[in-house]
Amino acid sequence: MPGWRRARLTERTDQTATGRTLTFEVARWPGHLPGQHVDVRLTAADGYQAVRSYSLAAPADTDRIELGVQAVPGGEVSPYLADDLPVDAEVEVKGPLGGWFVWTPEEPGPLLLIAGGSGIVPLMAMLRARLASASDAPCTLLYSVRGPDEVWYATELDSAAQHTHIRRLYTRLAPADSERPAGRVTKLDLPPAEGSRCYVCGPTGFVEHVSALLLGAGHAPDQIRTERFG
Amino acid sequence: MGSLSPGFHGKTHAFEGRLPPGQYPTESFPVLSAGPTPHIPTDRWSFTVTTEVGESRTWTWDEMMALPQEEPTVDIHCVTRWSKFDTTWRGVSLDVLLDEVETAADFVVAESFDGYTTNLPLEDVTDGKAWLAHFFDGFALSPDHGGPARLVIPHLYFWKSAKWVKGLILTPENEPGFWESAGYHDYGDPWREQRYWSD
Repeated sequence: MPGWRRARLTERTDQTATGRTLTFEVARWPGHLPGQHVDVRLTAADGYQAVRSYSLAAPADTDRIELGVQAVPGGEVSPYLADDLPVDAEVEVKGPLGGWFVWTPEEPGPLLLIAGGSGIVPLMAMLRARLASASDAPCTLLYSVRGPDEVWYATELDSAAQHTHIRRLYTRLAPADSERPAGRVTKLDLPPAEGSRCYVCGPTGFVEHVSALLLGAGHAPDQIRTERFG
Repeated sequence: MGSLSPGFHGKTHAFEGRLPPGQYPTESFPVLSAGPTPHIPTDRWSFTVTTEVGESRTWTWDEMMALPQEEPTVDIHCVTRWSKFDTTWRGVSLDVLLDEVETAADFVVAESFDGYTTNLPLEDVTDGKAWLAHFFDGFALSPDHGGPARLVIPHLYFWKSAKWVKGLILTPENEPGFWESAGYHDYGDPWREQRYWSD
């Protein structure tokens, strides 16, 4: 794997009040697998550098990569990427990284994706790869957010619902048409185990809670892959 | 060559000298693991050191707790770039456990209750450099941080400090573990930024 490559910001899309997707153009990008991430390196005028990891939000697409950035208040890197890095300016990226939290359409069997908040980002790459493939294995996405304002990819998820079982679970504020009252994920929200490969991404407390529910529902520990942040 | 990331101002300069390159300090204690958290009651816990010829020595929880305990205060460094200063642990030096077996092996594979493995040169877990820890910051180590007991090997990236550890296997040949087989560096020295295979 080569070292750092220059990446030029070509597009920034607001997903929520503090969540952004950023598209970069990276010359000779080698491609990646859904679920992988990159390291992003920023360089200040005095030469100081800071590096953070960000998940790739889309399957490989020539020289373009899409990253999801949730601005953390007071953070050193995320508020800058979310709001300050000018379009056409460059950062450096290294990757793709991570060989475990990955899924490809060749993977047999049902797929269960469970996201908390901005944890949707790497799962979105998997979901998009599945929709672009001929896979007819059942796929369920459970997406837990505090309220309707926290949903990333709202429009795209609505149209993906034709092919994928997608449930939005609201933890604090549920809209009037929600099928369940607001509250954290419970065992009743989980589909039957059915030997699914499970990918869980979100804040640590969320991932711990959901993993415990999955084990309780009969999922095998080695079929549960997790990615935590915060 | 155009300038990179215009308008970016870093915040962590003040920690240079104590932070390995590419790290930032954190006050919190992030949890990172590849799968669900195992919950191992101490009455079902045991720790086994197995030599390269298949001989082994096993300690129950009570036997381990009866061994001499140390209280190291160390800085720890995660490959995901956070570092945490002055973490305080309580546990048994691996020297104490390894003194109980005869070995000519040069490498160790640490094995965890969830199937996780990580490999280490033997010289990196001896001479006061590594502990089997069961107490963190004054409390019994919680399951999400690897309780009831984990390795603490502060001079290497923290994925080497296996959580939910159940034993050590001594090997004459180096045998890459879970992350080492999935793209991460075989040795993992934070001061040399040995993160990935290519580093």
